[in-house]
Amino acid sequence: MRPFTYTRAASVEEAARAAATQGARFIAGGTNLLDLMKLQIETPTHLIDVNHLGLDRIEKTDEGGLRIGALVRNTDLAADKAVRRDYAVLSRALLAGASGQLRNKATTAGNLLQRTRCPYFYDTRMPCNKRKPGSGCGAIKGVSRSLAILGTSEACIAQHPSDMAVALRLLDAGVETVGADGGRRTIPIADFHQLPGDTPHIEHALKPGELITAVTLPKPIGGTHVYRKVRDRASYAFALVSVAAVFGPDGKGRFAFGGIGAKPWRVAEADAAAAKGAAAVAEAALNGAKPTAQNAFKRDLTARTLASIYRQKEG
Amino acid sequence: MSADPLSRRSLLQASAVAAAALPTVGDAVAAPASRLPSVKGAAVMMPVELTVNGREVHLQLDPRTSLLDALREHLHLTGTKKGCDHGQCGACTVIVEGRRINSCLTLAVMHDGDAITTIEGLGTPDRLHPMQRAFIVHDGYQCGYCTPGQICSAVAVLDEIGAGIPSHATADLDRVAFSDAEVRERMSGNICRCAAYPNIVDAIRDVAGQKDGEKAV
Repeated sequence: MRPFTYTRAASVEEAARAAATQGARFIAGGTNLLDLMKLQIETPTHLIDVNHLGLDRIEKTDEGGLRIGALVRNTDLAADKAVRRDYAVLSRALLAGASGQLRNKATTAGNLLQRTRCPYFYDTRMPCNKRKPGSGCGAIKGVSRSLAILGTSEACIAQHPSDMAVALRLLDAGVETVGADGGRRTIPIADFHQLPGDTPHIEHALKPGELITAVTLPKPIGGTHVYRKVRDRASYAFALVSVAAVFGPDGKGRFAFGGIGAKPWRVAEADAAAAKGAAAVAEAALNGAKPTAQNAFKRDLTARTLASIYRQKEG
Repeated sequence: MSADPLSRRSLLQASAVAAAALPTVGDAVAAPASRLPSVKGAAVMMPVELTVNGREVHLQLDPRTSLLDALREHLHLTGTKKGCDHGQCGACTVIVEGRRINSCLTLAVMHDGDAITTIEGLGTPDRLHPMQRAFIVHDGYQCGYCTPGQICSAVAVLDEIGAGIPSHATADLDRVAFSDAEVRERMSGNICRCAAYPNIVDAIRDVAGQKDGEKAV
């Protein structure tokens, strides 16, 4: 690990101001950042510890939704009474991810910002446009079984690894931030994660120094909440395909997908096809998919996962 | 307790010098020295106060020091093991402020002021923790390398079930109860390459006091 200096931020504004300098990074749970620092994929020269800013509460919003502090640990978010009752798909998505130890440490904001598990991003001997812009993509003609089939580009086919973010995408969450200039804004989750295009190293809409302070959820939408994750092991593995779904009593439904997209994947056409059944939802969701020979199976797996969810709902 | 006279940094520097002094017989010898962390812009040592197994300790640490390395290399509490050092195997699991975490994936400086329990703090050979005793009774290990992490994790798992924290194996998020399926899911962050898993589940079930399982004899 490269040397760095370390400070504990005393306020949100101070943290954002300090983080705008070259080489500075926030650290919260650290479960992804420290892993990447050990491999020298991330090489910050200054760490700003934001763990003591009091951003660890879950509270009701005036609109009847929830405001989840950026530092709420994954364990606490999944176990929160209001989340379990009104946003069960979020609890289920969180519990499907990582291990008990990691969920105890990992934060809401950190989970949103976690980086891809593409093996070429992790292997510093390999080309990777996300890790080293302009170096090429080793994955497109390489080992690509786990990688994305939607939202990819000629420069990058890395998949977004998060389960939590898939549920947040489904629930139309908002990402509240404080900028280096002290300005506050809310970024809709749909606009938060960026597609790779020809700049796969840019993964989100945050500006230098901008700090996530909370994630907001609109008022509960009711319905039956499902999160189905398909993976190589029964536990503690990233998704090959995951589907978050909420079914209303009127045949309506909404769907978001993990494991198949360059970002948490949701399209209006799939939601609109809810009443037509699993095959129609799959066809709409997978429109424009560009799989490699190795991950083409994800098309069928997505369709079958949806079919399974529909059977469970009707059974 | 004071910090080690020989810090991690000076140890790294010493080994870099030693490696450089070796006759070069090929890339295999030369390579490790070139991969050592840069010593340019030497890190400022930072004071860290921890309460480890009920004892207050004061350390001066390079901010890069993981909690795991602080425990093992600076406090000589070598019960906590370094397996993968990337949060994948769980051998480094300790209990911080009542919660199990991977001590390899967190910096010691981030835990200034925290209370930490390691395997040494759970029990001693003379006064075993019930979970330690159950692992012995049920033969919940073979080589034993993952065992301290397994036991710290298992102790915390029973607390988590008791606190009503759900898991992926919980059918109804509002009804959390002990089951073998819950144990297997919740212990999935602790890998055992000897595959002692069935006996580990037996040991945890025993401590949980489940009547339908095989009891300790």
